[in-house]
Order: sequence, then structure tokens, then C-alpha cells
Amino acid sequence: MLLIPCPFCGKREETEFHHGGEAHIERPKDPDALSDEAWAEYLFMRTNPKGVFLERWVHLAGCRRWFNMARNTATNEILGSYKIGEKPPKGAR
Amino acid sequence: MVKSFLRQSPLAHLHLEARPLMAEALPAAGISISECAHTTQIAVRGQSSDPAFAQAVTTALGIALPTDACTASGAPERVHMLWMGPDEWLVVGPAKTDDRIGDKLEQALNKLHCAVVDVSESRTVVQICGANARSVLDKGCSIDLHPTVFSPGRVVNTVLARSHITLHQTAIDAKSGFPSYDIYVHRSFAEYLWSWLEDASREYGLQMNP
Ligand SMILES: [Zn+2]
Repeated sequence: MLLIPCPFCGKREETEFHHGGEAHIERPKDPDALSDEAWAEYLFMRTNPKGVFLERWVHLAGCRRWFNMARNTATNEILGSYKIGEKPPKGAR
Repeated sequence: MVKSFLRQSPLAHLHLEARPLMAEALPAAGISISECAHTTQIAVRGQSSDPAFAQAVTTALGIALPTDACTASGAPERVHMLWMGPDEWLVVGPAKTDDRIGDKLEQALNKLHCAVVDVSESRTVVQICGANARSVLDKGCSIDLHPTVFSPGRVVNTVLARSHITLHQTAIDAKSGFPSYDIYVHRSFAEYLWSWLEDASREYGLQMNP
């Protein structure tokens, strides 16, 4: 069981949260100009690293806010969480 | 607001008022639970960083906006306000008070960027207190409720026995040190949670107040 630090509520049990996949995926500015391959790249392809991963979480059973978190996918070590729009913690990238 | 003669508690069919009071049979009941039906509950959303918003709420209700995470303002037996998220609060008025809390808020916040929604029928409140109240909640809730970290005025949205709830510690008895909590539960989960609380309380002796 992970203890996940919500940037608003503090540390809570993992069951209160829902995972939202990789963070910082930017929607292309002009989707009409993209090839099918480039659009598929945006929609489906994710980095899936072994190591530090920047990912989205939502505090579903708590404040119901989305936020970002840096987590090591190999060790489950959590380097920190940060609000949407903020920069990842030092050492996470 | 639903017309009062149409309002029905989600626990009405359990006929709690017809159950025998177990206080005499169990003088040492460690748990006391009761439903506090028909409270007024208004969801308010807005930017706490906007001084006009915070001021308008205070003017309408006479209590401050609780801007610190997981806190409440106002006295639990009167109109009070619970922090639900960084831009969201629940205003709670006791049952049988005038239903003008929503009107007052709407008037005061009328010109501001915010939302005021009456959600009184969405949740009911179960009150639990007694010597073993904390032990019962500990069986199904991962929040640390120890008095050194959780005290009157603390509010959390969390999970109790797999149900989404809002937990508000309303008081701690000065003599005994026993805590009292309000549990806000969505109406479709109310019967399940009530049964769970009855079952979890049984080993400590349970007093049900209608
Ligand atoms: Zn939260």
C-alpha cells in the first residue's frame, strides 16, 4: 500500500486515489495538420520508463482534485507531488 | 429544497424510532449512534484567494470561510462550514432551522464567480460518539484519528468501510475525553453504512438513539 501525498490534503492511503497515466502530455496545437502516425503518437504512445515517472493522480475519495506526482516505477519511491501547472520536484527530471 | 412533507431520510425504512433503546440493558455502552436527518447542506464553490468571495460568505453566514485544508468553521450545533477541497465547501445547517441559508448565500454571492447548490438530499448524517467511537472508525478508515493529530474541527473526505464519506470531529468530551463525529454518507450507501456501524459497534455495546 502506498501513502500518496495529495498536495492539498497531505498523505493518504492509495485506495483514496486513482491513477491517470503519464503527466505533461501536451495536446497538439493544430491536430488537423498532423499525420495519422503523429496523432496516434499523441493519443497512445507513452514513455513507460523503469525509474522516475511523472504521472497524474486524482484524489477521488478526498478533495477530488487532479495533481502530478513523481514516482520511481521500479522501487515505488515517491519523490514528491505537485499541483497542475507547477514544476516537478528537483531530481525528478 | 424539497418540500418538507416530501423529505424522507434514506434510513426511514429502518424505523429507528421504533427500536428499543438499549441504554438500560447496556449501561456501559461504548458506542452511541444516531441519525441526524434533514440537515440543510449547501455546496459552495469559489476562489478563496478572492477577498470579495470570502467576505461575502462571512457576511451571509456570520462565520469565516475555512481556507485551511481539512478544517471546519462555526459551531457544529449551528450553521457551520466544512472544507471539501481547495475551492469547495459544504455549508451545513442543523435540521429544523430556517431554510434561508441557501437564499442568503445566493444573495450575497450573486455577482461573484462562484457556485451555490443545495445538496441537502444527497447525504444524510450519522452521529457517533462514546468511549469506543474511534476504535469503531479505525476498523474501516485509514485516517489517523488519534487525538494528537485529529481533534474537534477536523474534517476529512475519505473512505469508511469502502463507502465515500465526509468525517467531521465535532467535539471531545472535556471530562471523559471521548470524541463525537458526524459522518456524511451518500443516501444510497446510508443503509449499508448504518448496518456496518451496528455490526462494528456490537463488541463494545451499542446504544441507538432515534
Ligand atoms: Zn486531496
